[in-house]
Amino acid sequence: MKMVTAIIRPEKFDSVKSALEASGIYGMTISEVRGRGAQKGISLQFRGKTVPVDLIPKMKIEMVVKSAEVDEVIRIIREHGRTGKFGDGRVFVMPIETMCKVRTDEVDPVDQ
Amino acid sequence: MIDSGATAFVLICTAMVMLMTPGVGLFYGGLVRRKNFISMIALAFIAFAVVALQWVIFGYSLAFGSDIGGLIGNLDYVFLHGVGMDGDGIPDLLFMVFQLVFAGLTLAIVTSAVAERVKLSSFIIFGLLWTTLVYDPLAHWAWGGGWAAQLGALDFAGGTVVHISSGFSALALALVIGKRVGFGQYSMEPHNIPMTLLGGALLWFGWFGFNAGSALAADGLAANAFVVTIIAAAAGALAWLFAAWIRGKPSSVGMISGALAGLVAITPAAGFVDPMASIAIGAVAGIICYWALLFRMRKGLDESLDAWAVHGVGGFWGALATGIFAVAAVGGVDGLLYGNLGQFVIQLVDAAVVVLYAFVVTFVLAKVVDTALGLRVSEEEEYVGLDIAQHGESTQL
Repeated sequence: MKMVTAIIRPEKFDSVKSALEASGIYGMTISEVRGRGAQKGISLQFRGKTVPVDLIPKMKIEMVVKSAEVDEVIRIIREHGRTGKFGDGRVFVMPIETMCKVRTDEVDPVDQ
Repeated sequence: MIDSGATAFVLICTAMVMLMTPGVGLFYGGLVRRKNFISMIALAFIAFAVVALQWVIFGYSLAFGSDIGGLIGNLDYVFLHGVGMDGDGIPDLLFMVFQLVFAGLTLAIVTSAVAERVKLSSFIIFGLLWTTLVYDPLAHWAWGGGWAAQLGALDFAGGTVVHISSGFSALALALVIGKRVGFGQYSMEPHNIPMTLLGGALLWFGWFGFNAGSALAADGLAANAFVVTIIAAAAGALAWLFAAWIRGKPSSVGMISGALAGLVAITPAAGFVDPMASIAIGAVAGIICYWALLFRMRKGLDESLDAWAVHGVGGFWGALATGIFAVAAVGGVDGLLYGNLGQFVIQLVDAAVVVLYAFVVTFVLAKVVDTALGLRVSEEEEYVGLDIAQHGESTQL
């Protein structure tokens, strides 16, 4: 299994979530975060003066999915989270070592 | 001759009405996205400050100076010349400042139209021109001896002057400034509903000063206005709540919006109708204002915080309702229900003319300001939010 972490625009979150749902992917943890990328945020111009606004609000989605689903998840996030402008975010994929449900004592088998 | 009881009462009412302006700011601030929270509250305060100075310098004179052709007051009271501590019942200065807090509140309501996208500098210019060209003439028509007053139109505390004018002006302004980026595409849910409820509570509280104070005396008429204000707000709150419940959930934002709709509708009628009539006036307001909101959403109009649906449509209903439910035992005039069709027709004409005047003049004015200065911030500033883009402040750090 893999952990997919996506940093996206907050206003794109609803459409990404619905698209994931339509593909049968429900489980996720989200957090409101702030960050910046290579552009170091946004520069606003006030009468010749530049005011940099870095650390723009973003939405972080964390999902643990089957390895076979990773490509589909990435495709959905890219398709529904994109505006084509700077600041659309990133997707990271990491391996999962262990997963267990808190409710039960069992440890879920983790596929490789 | 100054009446100390009346003076004490109207002083307190004036302070209560002042609190309605930041109340509007908190109400609207809770309804926008978090990045525009400070901007929305600040716009209300700034509207108040701009209008306060305009009012004492020349606005009061335009509204309450001697009548010129039924349309506007003359410049006798410019710089408060001749407005002093003497007066009929209450000091002239007190009447002036009681009217000042109404004028400031009205511009604060209009900020609904430009939520989350207005350039502050242009709003200040627009606000100054709007209060001069729209509010001051309307106040003169209704209360300063203008044509509406001469015709016998009834507007106790500002149904036409404050609510129809701000509501329909907001609609015109929203059409000129355009929709927010992403309106209708992604969610723009209110970010802080308790703040909106708090703002609504301050408005409801302040409204007692607004309506009862408009009696300009601590007397039975003030008591009647106070009582019908409570009732209409309660009826409006429950009517909207139940209407929303039928379609889904009984939302708290709907409930408080319904209370405001009831308050708006009872405003012109408060000194003319009896308490039982105010149940009908408030309940009908809750339902038609909710309908107006749904209509606006269906049409894809981004009059963002529903000044049009609540104040415009509610004010229009209130003006008509005054002509329907007025009873001579309260304010000396009968309405349609008591056989006086003429009064209803006068109310209809008055309200229709105010709708037309406020909408057209505001539309032209907004176009002029937009062309000359640009009403709207850049797309990037809108994306970052007006708190940072316009004020350099943030609730998020």
